[in-house]
Amino acid sequence: MATRPAGTLYRGREGMWTWVAHRITGVAIFFFLFAHVIDVAMVRVSADAWNTAIATYQNPVVGLMELGLVAAVVFHASNGLRIIAIDFWSQGPRYQRQMSWAVGGIFVLLMVPFAIRHLTHVFGG
Amino acid sequence: MATQTPVPDVAAPRSRTAQRTNYEMTSWLFMRGSGVLLVFLVLGHLWVNLVTGEGISQVDFAFVAGKWSSPFWQVFDLLMLWLAQLHGTNGLRTVINDYAERDQTRFWLKALLYAASVAVLALGTLVIFTFDPCIDPASTLSVCTR
Repeated sequence: MATRPAGTLYRGREGMWTWVAHRITGVAIFFFLFAHVIDVAMVRVSADAWNTAIATYQNPVVGLMELGLVAAVVFHASNGLRIIAIDFWSQGPRYQRQMSWAVGGIFVLLMVPFAIRHLTHVFGG
Repeated sequence: MATQTPVPDVAAPRSRTAQRTNYEMTSWLFMRGSGVLLVFLVLGHLWVNLVTGEGISQVDFAFVAGKWSSPFWQVFDLLMLWLAQLHGTNGLRTVINDYAERDQTRFWLKALLYAASVAVLALGTLVIFTFDPCIDPASTLSVCTR
């Protein structure tokens, strides 16, 4: 059996996986935006129609999905800033790997307090 | 006297600017520019609607009416809608170009994408501009009871 290839600086490493995750989260957020504009449009139908739509968001199961949505947004936003740094900062490409870990750090730093706060709202009644 | 070789009149190479627009470069730049603005707009949106106050539990018709009674939130939401929709449409365009191999598939997927984007932008813009806080006749909002 051939030995496992060592990979390259990019492929199979942090740079590739953040790229994959950036695509997946981007597509997911796009489809949410589509649904979200339609649900907000219910405010033009009647106050009740909108309150019914938003009640769905307050359902515990959907509340958990919101946590996933915010996680996708937080990752996409911080990795997007990393991409901008790679493109515009002269030292960006050199530090792209370290910045991938910084994205992970920012993600944990923002998502842990948010999860506590949001789940308190969703399950705290 | 050395005879000078006449310079042949060669047609200029196909001019880059005449043959190719900088559409992809503009789109690349737009993703970065809109991305930076969206970081602030979307995180601000999530902060106000999901973190402060009662979070998702506070969001109802009165909450929306309260926000959209202020021009600040109208402009904020309009800007966020347009930038997010264009950023997302451009992102999906790239994804379609990358993965849909047949010309026909790419064409129809992008046609569907652009049609959906125009519809969402039109609907969202209409909602922000024509929002009526007093649509509910029994409204107790201060703007409606006057």
